[in-house]
Amino acid sequence: MIEVLGWMSICVGVGFTALGCLGLVRFPDLYNRMQAATKCVTLGTCGVMLGVFLMSGFTALGVKALLCALFVLITVPVAAHALARGSLIFGVKLWKHTVKDEFTDDRGGESIIEEEK
Amino acid sequence: MTRRIAYLVLGFVVWMLLVYTFQYQEVLVGVGVALLTAVFFGRHLPVQPSRLLHPVRWFWLLVYIPVFVYMCLKANIDVALRVLSPGLQIRPGIVKIRTNLKSDVARVFLANSITLTPGTMTVEIKDDVLYIHWIEVGASDITAASKAIIGPFEYFLARIFD
Repeated sequence: MIEVLGWMSICVGVGFTALGCLGLVRFPDLYNRMQAATKCVTLGTCGVMLGVFLMSGFTALGVKALLCALFVLITVPVAAHALARGSLIFGVKLWKHTVKDEFTDDRGGESIIEEEK
Repeated sequence: MTRRIAYLVLGFVVWMLLVYTFQYQEVLVGVGVALLTAVFFGRHLPVQPSRLLHPVRWFWLLVYIPVFVYMCLKANIDVALRVLSPGLQIRPGIVKIRTNLKSDVARVFLANSITLTPGTMTVEIKDDVLYIHWIEVGASDITAASKAIIGPFEYFLARIFD
């Protein structure tokens, strides 16, 4: 039973990771891609780790997997935040249909929303 | 000093979980490593040590975990549907929100929680103002946006960390 749950968890994890990668290709600009990359890949990795934990139980392997999941959960958002902030300040363009950008407005710089062609 | 001791205990617990044996060599090395890191980095521990032993805070943390997992799953299904939908249904934008949380740790966890939940990603924190990249802008003024984005978290995080 627990083995089945473990495999299910791993499959869900791999599925979400695949969707995240698809989002990386389909979304139009860096910031939207980062959304797909952080959310889906975090849950995907945590799913795989949880599956490993379920199948091996409280052994050295299982506990390490849990710690890895926790580590990923804490560090991925921080990395995404740093990348997004750096790109905004550097001036990487936002997608042309972006509704608004209060960050650049408040900083007082030129708009970095892509021009419509 | 208490900060160093708290750091030592935390470091040792993480070490023991990583090696997951009780052989005396491992335990000895663990104590040594934890001691070294506590001496060098102990004063950078961001939480006040007295708060680590507060049962009410731990209780709220336990309540928060299922809420967070639920929101996280919702976020993933939401993004997955957007990825799969043929017309690319997004309306992105960067909005500003205001938080009532006071401590730095609480704000960091708020920013992390926002990044991992539906369609939102923190791009900058300045004091109590957070700039959020929102994949589907739903509210334009700062109060409504704050309520929509951090409403579910602030209640719990204030009880855990503030």
